[in-house]
Amino acid sequence: MNTTIVLFLLQDGITNGAIYALLGLALVLVFAVTRVILIPQGEFVTYGALTYATLASGQVPGTAHLVLAMGIAAFGLDLLMRRRTLRLGSVGRSLAINIILPAAILALTLALTGKETPIAINIALSLLIVGAIGLFLYRIAFAPIAHTSVLVLLIAAVGCHLALQGIGLVFFGAEGQRGPPLSNAAFTIAPLRFSGQSIAVYAVTLALIAGLWLLFSFTLYGKALRATAVNRLGARLVGIRTAMSGQIAFLLAAVIGAISGILIVPITTLYYDTGFLIGLKGFVAAIIGGLVSYPLTAVAALFVGIIEAFSSFYASNFKEVIVFALIIPVLLWRSLATPAADEEDD
Amino acid sequence: MSALLRVSDAHIAYGKVEAVRGASLDVAANEIVTIVGANGAGKTTLLNAIMGILPLKGGASFAGIDLARLEIEDRVVAGLSLVPEHRELFAAMGVEDNLRLGAFRIGKAVAAHALERVYTLFPRLKERRLQLAGTLSGGEQQMLAMGRALMGSPKLLMLDEPSLGLAPIIVADIFRTISELRAGGVSVLLVEQNAKAALQIADRAYVMELGEFVLQGSAKDVAGDARVAASYLGV
Repeated sequence: MNTTIVLFLLQDGITNGAIYALLGLALVLVFAVTRVILIPQGEFVTYGALTYATLASGQVPGTAHLVLAMGIAAFGLDLLMRRRTLRLGSVGRSLAINIILPAAILALTLALTGKETPIAINIALSLLIVGAIGLFLYRIAFAPIAHTSVLVLLIAAVGCHLALQGIGLVFFGAEGQRGPPLSNAAFTIAPLRFSGQSIAVYAVTLALIAGLWLLFSFTLYGKALRATAVNRLGARLVGIRTAMSGQIAFLLAAVIGAISGILIVPITTLYYDTGFLIGLKGFVAAIIGGLVSYPLTAVAALFVGIIEAFSSFYASNFKEVIVFALIIPVLLWRSLATPAADEEDD
Repeated sequence: MSALLRVSDAHIAYGKVEAVRGASLDVAANEIVTIVGANGAGKTTLLNAIMGILPLKGGASFAGIDLARLEIEDRVVAGLSLVPEHRELFAAMGVEDNLRLGAFRIGKAVAAHALERVYTLFPRLKERRLQLAGTLSGGEQQMLAMGRALMGSPKLLMLDEPSLGLAPIIVADIFRTISELRAGGVSVLLVEQNAKAALQIADRAYVMELGEFVLQGSAKDVAGDARVAASYLGV
């Protein structure tokens, strides 16, 4: 082994680790606020990446239609659940969020799609589409069962993952896609070559982490999310709707997932099912962080990325095995270090 | 005077076990009403059901609105607020953050005003404004729980065992504050095991036994009742 190889592997590992960090943070956020272990996080990555790639090729992505379909389902669900206490104001609000918003997103996508559309607009559209999918996913699949056990929520999450992956195959096909890079610039320091894309990965990761920190520390809505995570009943008693907190958490997770996808699709070819494996690596980091600690999750994610880079160099056949085996000692240590807790404690 | 809170023939059950059986109660504007009774009589259950934490069969209306139509969150907005027995603070967050979240559904200007008022009422909270809520003493946590509820500018504050586990000097403090609140136009529905203190500040009182009200009237009359004196006042 020489220094150059080590540096290469480190660089590769940190780039991947940054993506895992974003996904791990989103998982911790969603679990803290809603107790959902967000298995479909990987689908947000795939959807973001492939929606962006499809838009870049000048076609309308199927996900834009999915948004409207999910919105209609959410609207129907709203009417059904509030049928006893139906008021004009609440129906109007539900209509605006569930029908008009997704219809506007679809119309915007149809109007702006084209081969000449600038990258920035394609990115914005992808984030809008996937963000809305996240919002409606919570409304349709999780809000009605929000009070059930972690296990039930986990099973629902697995169901969502399978459904979204299948829908992804329909929309994007079995072929892999790549998207255009954010920048073609590149520069070299000693043996290392930094592409504009990898710089973008670092910059966006840092910016998002800083953004989340600002959100949770300084805004009332961010604090309300934390409050929901800390004490659900307490939050309700001050008038914070847990359904609203859940929707915001899912929206953030979906946008973070989509950003991750858009960042990596110029570097690696993504298939309709690639996101799952990427999401799982974020999950490994989140588990190491105990599903509660944001800083520990971010550090663990970099560690996962670096381990992955080194194991793909030295034992590429066992790359995934080594990465996922990382959880075992952590779980052992956690179960030995913490006294047995009740299954459900809330 | 029309009632601010009116509960009629309320039945509240945990599964098949009825904890409250046909309780009716009302609280008028600007009134302190207390419910006294032994442990397990159903007082906490009743408060939780009025707030919407437990399902209530029967009638319940607040400020003329049927409570069955409102979720917990909307009852808060309507002006109904509960300080629960376990306080349910945001332990991992600072005192001031807890208070600000109490005004989550209130406009910014009103919230700033409410914060000043809470700090005047509980100067101790101002001293500890940056401390984590979970690290406060029991008395301070009770003050914080009351302060957080007051941040929402409630019309009716329901207090569940505010004196539980607190030193006598702090209990006196808390009860003095309750009287001050009424002077500020807030009605109070107080559930207390410390019947003596509760009956001293209350206007009216209900006595609960095994899920039913067995006696009600002005606080003075209830305190003078021989059975109450024997069972709850230790005279």
